Amino acid sequence: MIYNIPYMASAILVIVGLYAVLFKRNLIKIAIGITVLESGVNLFLITLGYRENAVAPIYTNLPEGTSIPEGMTLPVPQALTLTSIVIGVAVLALILSFAVKIYQHYGTLDSREVRRLRE
Amino acid sequence: MNMSYVLLHAPALLIAIPLFAAFLTPIIDRFSKRVRNIFVLAVLIIEEILMIIFAWDVFTNGIHVYTMGAPNPTSTVPLQSAVPVRIVLEVDGMSAFMGLISTTVSLAAGFYSIAFVRKETGQGKFYTLLLLMLVGMLGMEFTGDMFNLFVFFEILSIASAALVAYRSYYGDAVEGAFKYLIISSIAGSIVLFAIAILYGQYGVLNIAALAKAMKSTTLDMIALVLLISAFAMKCGSVPMHFWIPDSYTVAPASITAMLVVASQASLYALFRICFSLYGNTSYVATSGAILILFGLLSMFIGVTMAIPQKDIKRLMSYHAISQTGYMLLGVGAGLYLLGNPDFSTHGMAAMEGGIFHIFNHALYKGLLFLTAGAIFYKTKTRNLNEIRGLAHSMKFTTIFFLIGAFSIAGLPPFNGFASKLLIYESVYHVNPILSIIAMLVSILTLASFMKVFHSAFMGPPMKDVERGDVPKSMLFGMMVLTAGIILFSIIPGWVVGHIVHPAAQSLANQSAYIRAVMGD
Amino acid sequence: MLRTPGGYWDPLIWLLVFVVAILIVYIIRAFGRSDYKGGEQTKPFLSGMDVPDEDALHIRAGNIYWGFMRALEGYYDVLRKYHTGIVNDYVAWFVGVSVILLVIFFIVGVI
Repeated sequence: MIYNIPYMASAILVIVGLYAVLFKRNLIKIAIGITVLESGVNLFLITLGYRENAVAPIYTNLPEGTSIPEGMTLPVPQALTLTSIVIGVAVLALILSFAVKIYQHYGTLDSREVRRLRE
Repeated sequence: MNMSYVLLHAPALLIAIPLFAAFLTPIIDRFSKRVRNIFVLAVLIIEEILMIIFAWDVFTNGIHVYTMGAPNPTSTVPLQSAVPVRIVLEVDGMSAFMGLISTTVSLAAGFYSIAFVRKETGQGKFYTLLLLMLVGMLGMEFTGDMFNLFVFFEILSIASAALVAYRSYYGDAVEGAFKYLIISSIAGSIVLFAIAILYGQYGVLNIAALAKAMKSTTLDMIALVLLISAFAMKCGSVPMHFWIPDSYTVAPASITAMLVVASQASLYALFRICFSLYGNTSYVATSGAILILFGLLSMFIGVTMAIPQKDIKRLMSYHAISQTGYMLLGVGAGLYLLGNPDFSTHGMAAMEGGIFHIFNHALYKGLLFLTAGAIFYKTKTRNLNEIRGLAHSMKFTTIFFLIGAFSIAGLPPFNGFASKLLIYESVYHVNPILSIIAMLVSILTLASFMKVFHSAFMGPPMKDVERGDVPKSMLFGMMVLTAGIILFSIIPGWVVGHIVHPAAQSLANQSAYIRAVMGD
Repeated sequence: MLRTPGGYWDPLIWLLVFVVAILIVYIIRAFGRSDYKGGEQTKPFLSGMDVPDEDALHIRAGNIYWGFMRALEGYYDVLRKYHTGIVNDYVAWFVGVSVILLVIFFIVGVI
């Protein structure tokens, strides 16, 4: 049961992120919602690599008695998660710079007011 | 450095050349603007030539695989393991077809941009991002690995969003880019979620290895639904199409032409997943029916929303949604008939119609957006209520617009008619109503483009617009696409037989796709 | 020549027929008088109303298909109401469509 808690946390993060993007009107809160959504997906990705009673997949200074592939957690999801975190940072920087420019042009950050392009 | 060496490393070269050029462009931009323009055009021309040679080799000789970082590029599975462990680029007929589209439209957009953005600031960054868009598109189309698909998808969406906001002194440009980036990042996160579900079940990321190990559990079905809805949102099918008019309208015209091809790269990813990843499961008929439904809705709602528009680029972007519906209808009908015995006649013809329509659409839609950009360059407005009588001074632009408008409406003898004829005749066998709705949408498309032609080009000339056509480099960009349209109109039989048929066949042949990477 | 499931399509034959038709039209036109330069019959006619001068005669884009728009007013009201321009609604449609697709796939899988 305790090993399911990261999966439940990831699902909760995804749902909270989607709630923020769907129902919050401030553009900054929408950006926060996207970041929380990405954090949920990253947590899901890295939890997949866990093995019970295993050590980190590093060869130097291994504790005694760890068998070489089976006693280590999977390293591939760790690489995938790092890539995804970096992509998330770039996207967040761009979204926030767009929000700054929108505030300069429109004077408001309400998503119901920022709609010169409609219908 | 002979031809076979180049062909062996071509998948990696085609992605690496614009990537390095994109990082060299800001450095060259510091010294001279003319050298930067010549450098970017030279890179795009080299890409086009290399892509044509490589695509010809793929269409005649079969699938090319390329393992990144291996001593021998064609050995995919190492000796001690049962699955591929490096990133494998797998280029079959459909990938080469989409690659041809990407490089051709990028070349036209590059030529057009030389004169179009000459008076703007930050041009070095513009060309860097344009080359990065090309890298993203080619990466999505050549890869054989799911996570690599996600990474290039994000590269493409970030570069495109930055370019949509290029004219940041207009408020609505930044608004369109904001909406584009929100939609893209949500789609990317959902795609990554689905990839994580698949990785957690099978432990591999390679598409061919996943297809071989696929067992159709409930989690696989959830991953399929998430992937279909995320990629369908990114290519603009109807219940999730709202971001397309907002972002296509405000981007500079050559970037809008590239955005059309970027949406088609997401369409390619959707087809790759439905055909090559889940092609052997029981979800094929249902996903085919879902794609046909998306196609019908897109066609009809796209064109009826286009008729009352007053902004010329907004009207054209609703038509982009409508034509994407034709592609979804054609290939969805092929997917729906995938297990049936009459796939080889009607299903294959439907897929050929849909896939031929992808190339035709990129050509004529790109041309129409470039002419709309020419109108904006001359008159500084996109509102159709304020312009008239441009045919008196912009003769070449009028001819290009007429060719594009007749082609999109599906009038003979142009290439739009050839691909629509294939779709009408083959989809008729799935259900006659689909064919009837497709023809009705074609008539409404013609109606709305006659509206644009009358209000923009006919009538007495405007008073405060100077005489003469747009600059030569913009005309040359439009001419590249027009030459493609006329070439495809004159010899559709050759094009379908030698370019579209290998693409459709490699899409439907999942076992060859798996065998190219996994051996036997 | 492109082979379709129902027949074939050849654009060169179409162009040939088009050129022949243009030639026939030109020959018929050549039978007419060449000295007629226009007059009362070539001016625009608007059911007896006064014809406005050149600049105001051009119909603008918003007015062209007004009959079509008036006839489909109910449909267009519903459609325009959904195209709000608010970015939250765009994502709401995505979530809604995903849920509906999940339900469809579940039902088809159970049957």
